[in-house]
Amino acid sequence: MATDGPHDVSPDGRPADLQPRWRRDFPIESAQDDYVSRRELVKFMVLTSGALVVGQLWLALKTVLSGRAPVLPAEAIATVNELAVGGAKTFQFPAGSSPRLLVRTGDTSFVAYDQQCTHLLCPVIPVSNEGRLHCPCHNGSFDLATGRPISGPPQRPLPRVILDVRGDTVFATAVETPAS
Amino acid sequence: MPVPDRYEFFIDPARCIGCQSCLQACAECDTHKGQSMIQLDYVDRESSTQTVPVVCMHCDSPTCAEVCPADAIKRTEDGVVQTARKPRCIACNNCVLACPFGVPKMDTGASLMMKCDMCYDRTSVGLKPMCASVCPSQALMFGTREEIARLRPRSKAGTTLQLGNQTIHTKVNVMVPDTTASHIVDVTAAMYEPAIGHEMLDDIFSEHMDTGE
Repeated sequence: MATDGPHDVSPDGRPADLQPRWRRDFPIESAQDDYVSRRELVKFMVLTSGALVVGQLWLALKTVLSGRAPVLPAEAIATVNELAVGGAKTFQFPAGSSPRLLVRTGDTSFVAYDQQCTHLLCPVIPVSNEGRLHCPCHNGSFDLATGRPISGPPQRPLPRVILDVRGDTVFATAVETPAS
Repeated sequence: MPVPDRYEFFIDPARCIGCQSCLQACAECDTHKGQSMIQLDYVDRESSTQTVPVVCMHCDSPTCAEVCPADAIKRTEDGVVQTARKPRCIACNNCVLACPFGVPKMDTGASLMMKCDMCYDRTSVGLKPMCASVCPSQALMFGTREEIARLRPRSKAGTTLQLGNQTIHTKVNVMVPDTTASHIVDVTAAMYEPAIGHEMLDDIFSEHMDTGE
């Protein structure tokens, strides 16, 4: 009459393969119950942490590869007299890029930034007399002199285009994408 | 760590003297301080001093677990039906109502069903359950099959109980006199025969007293 270990006896006494499916899904034996959940937990954790590792590696690799930006040839984008002080024009550098914005801030001083707001890519509008670039979508502002965000939702500075004024021609020589 | 196979629980109602030591010992346990998981049933209190200690019988097909809608009652590999799992128990009382022995207890404060788990913290490390360690008449005995055969030569252990239409196989043994013909302990049979000293049948559903059997 001794019971040799527990055996999952259903109330109707029929063998396990004749039992409804839910009996296998909700076993009374804690070993079966624990085994499934533990295995699933381990599987979940291994796959999730594996995906995290792969994702981090991919991001790191991408950063390393994109850090080696090709040196762009200088391009003439405007003449000095083309713009009045405070005036602005858009250009592409290199050709085919997203629109950049060239602003004349003084007699010989120019600044150029990417025109896309770093918040949600709306085009920014120069407000030269206030010394800022304004994004009308969410009322964001960037400092005209440095490109840093000064108000509104944007958190990152605008990518800056390095300029070189040679004689009366303005050349774009490089694009400076700030880290972070 | 499971309860060792060689140790089994034996209930011998005939030896119970109703001293309630088991209740007190059980209530001292820290996991359910002050509340006993054992109950002492008085069989026929008017005319008899007979009492029966009721611990969990740890059924092969535990009715409490069968009726649990939250999948909270589980049995460990050694056949011990455990207290409901706290994260799952919804305190619905199904098990309390369904168990034919009345073993599960609802702790309404904790919203958790707690039941006799054969003192799993003790038996899994080789100790006796609290009740069996204090029982002065050893009506509750925890030991090996050889021990019980040596100590109680005139009794035999049964693990098959009949409650109405439900046949229950249990891990816990019930000791019956070895003159008992059937190996099935018919628990509810007493309902159909006049109790000692009673003029009336305890079975309230029968229309007339049938003493022919």
